[in-house]
Amino acid sequence: MRVLLQAPLVFLRLFYQSVYLALGQVWANKTRSILTTLGIIIGVASVTAVIAALSGLRAKILTQFESIGTNTIFISPMRPDRGPLQHAPYWSIRFLPEHFDGMLDHCPSVARFGRQTGVGAYTVSHREKSVENVRLRGIEPACHQIESRKVSLGRPLSVIDEMQMRQVCIIDPKLQNDLRLDRDCIGQSILIGHNTFYIVGVLEARPESVFGGGDQESSEIFIPFKTSFKMRRYLWVGVLAESKSPEVSDEARAEISFFLRRTRNIKPGEPDTFRVDSVKNFLEIFDEIARVVFMVAGGIVGISLLVGGVGIMNIMLVSVSERTREIGLRKAVGAKKSAILTQFLIEAVVLCFVGGLFGVGFGQLLTTGIANIPNIELDMSFIPLWAIGLAFGFSGSVGIFFGMFPAIKAARLDPIEALRHE
Amino acid sequence: MQTMPTIAAETDKPVIQPQNDKSVIKLKDVKRVYKVGVERIHALDGISLELNENEYVAVMGASGSGKSTLMNVLGCLDRATSGYYGLDGQDTTKMSDAALARARNERIGFVFQSFELLGQLSALKNVEMPLIYSKNGWWTRRKRAINVLERVGLGDRMKHRPNQLSGGEKQRVAIARALVCGPSILLADEPTGNLDSKTSEGIMELFDRLHQEGQTIVIVTHEEHVANHAERIIQMKDGRVCSDLPANRDLVHKTAIQNNVRGEQS
Repeated sequence: MRVLLQAPLVFLRLFYQSVYLALGQVWANKTRSILTTLGIIIGVASVTAVIAALSGLRAKILTQFESIGTNTIFISPMRPDRGPLQHAPYWSIRFLPEHFDGMLDHCPSVARFGRQTGVGAYTVSHREKSVENVRLRGIEPACHQIESRKVSLGRPLSVIDEMQMRQVCIIDPKLQNDLRLDRDCIGQSILIGHNTFYIVGVLEARPESVFGGGDQESSEIFIPFKTSFKMRRYLWVGVLAESKSPEVSDEARAEISFFLRRTRNIKPGEPDTFRVDSVKNFLEIFDEIARVVFMVAGGIVGISLLVGGVGIMNIMLVSVSERTREIGLRKAVGAKKSAILTQFLIEAVVLCFVGGLFGVGFGQLLTTGIANIPNIELDMSFIPLWAIGLAFGFSGSVGIFFGMFPAIKAARLDPIEALRHE
Repeated sequence: MQTMPTIAAETDKPVIQPQNDKSVIKLKDVKRVYKVGVERIHALDGISLELNENEYVAVMGASGSGKSTLMNVLGCLDRATSGYYGLDGQDTTKMSDAALARARNERIGFVFQSFELLGQLSALKNVEMPLIYSKNGWWTRRKRAINVLERVGLGDRMKHRPNQLSGGEKQRVAIARALVCGPSILLADEPTGNLDSKTSEGIMELFDRLHQEGQTIVIVTHEEHVANHAERIIQMKDGRVCSDLPANRDLVHKTAIQNNVRGEQS
């Protein structure tokens, strides 16, 4: 029993003694240690910075999706990547408004949907002021609710506007400002191209987002969906839908696909000519991209860790030959092979951990730097705890892997030879 | 003989079955053969030797006479090619490497010509070092190291590093390190080789005192005056023992020292 208890105790003592000695060695050769671990430091710093940037971007996107609404589903035409329609002109696979008629009846998981068109850029004028390059979008009233953009003044577009194809519009505050409109501009008329439209509402300014918005160059005007076809005969149609809850968004996507395949006459076996993306889906796509970025970065970091590891091995070999007499002495006073092996292995690992520590420190500096670059969406960058764990795990295993050879070399030294070594 | 209490007292060594009551070391026809190319060099050529408890032996011989090899074999650093080597009644020729390491740790204390202290550790840590590899706790380790340092007369220099110590003090630290595990036998390889004659005398006095406290000591040397401190002198030549005689004991200074020590003790 006593022997059983003593074995781990002896190991523990050996362990902390080795750590103590190793730290002493690192401290005694400060410059050498830092230079040796430079590879590890750079590797760990870059991997933590990349992880921090990615997780910051993800957190940012997540909060923005939350502001859009996690139920939102985007439906747009897309060329399939196989089949005869692979090279079809975009025009031939466009959505027609009637493709979506009766969609709510067939898709129980979809709460509401709204068609929208992008009519193009127009010159808008009011009295003598005019603004060029204003994006005109035709939307159904449901789009307002799905995009949850508030109308701060007046009213949103209504079903009656839609049915009667009224020439009414909602403008954003930037345009209101640029056209020098009155503060209460409801009921005033503006010219969009050559058509007169009446302003029924003013939107709130769009929050800043990775999808555009905030201080944008151009402003937007919204007109009723059907009215937009008066401006141009053929229009590109896209659809915003909303599932009943985020949980059923996958069901909603499947139902929409099924419904659209029927209304668009796609035969079984033929590929879809449209895409249905939920916010969840976008997150998955982002995660996919993030994974690829991470793997590429990981590969680069792996190379740097490899180089760093070779450096560690080199310096450990130097250390072994420098301290041959010490090894001989330790063996002479009764150190077993395993004890010497442990000592040098722990020394390599401690060296790597020191590198890892510095690396995480530099990584934090880099992350702070990245987070403070203006105008890119990385201000939420942070190093997650698992990244720190990963960094230390990696540097530790590099230490064990590359420290093994010198440690075995030390353990195999013949004490007589070692003591005679100059 | 009256002995001082030794710090080596409580080591949990396995019980020794004594074959011969007093013999600590027993060599029977020990050979050590090196192969250099096709040539076979007999560094030890059939040595038979018996060392009893509390003996004080000097091994002498010209260089190449095999005394270093004998030292390595006695110290379990090297294995005999053939023959029997019993240490404390245990056959070392059948021991595993780990068991030999343990035997070195528990039964043998080495003192080297060039001290072999670790420069980055204090004297105390240096002395504690062998105990790391044995089964002693932190507290016992410290206590025993302090004890043994006081015994070699360095009680006030424990925190010093080797480069802050004189040669004699370094060798005292080395001796303390050899003694700290309570070895059955103290092996000293030219312990005064790097010291001036005055400090050597001090070190030899220390050995004499340790002998009187009951320590078995083997000193390898080629200096006559060092060897004369011993009770028994073994001369080696060409890997064989050529003479094994009691030392010339009527050296005046030595008896004087012994009387002094005895006087202090009684």
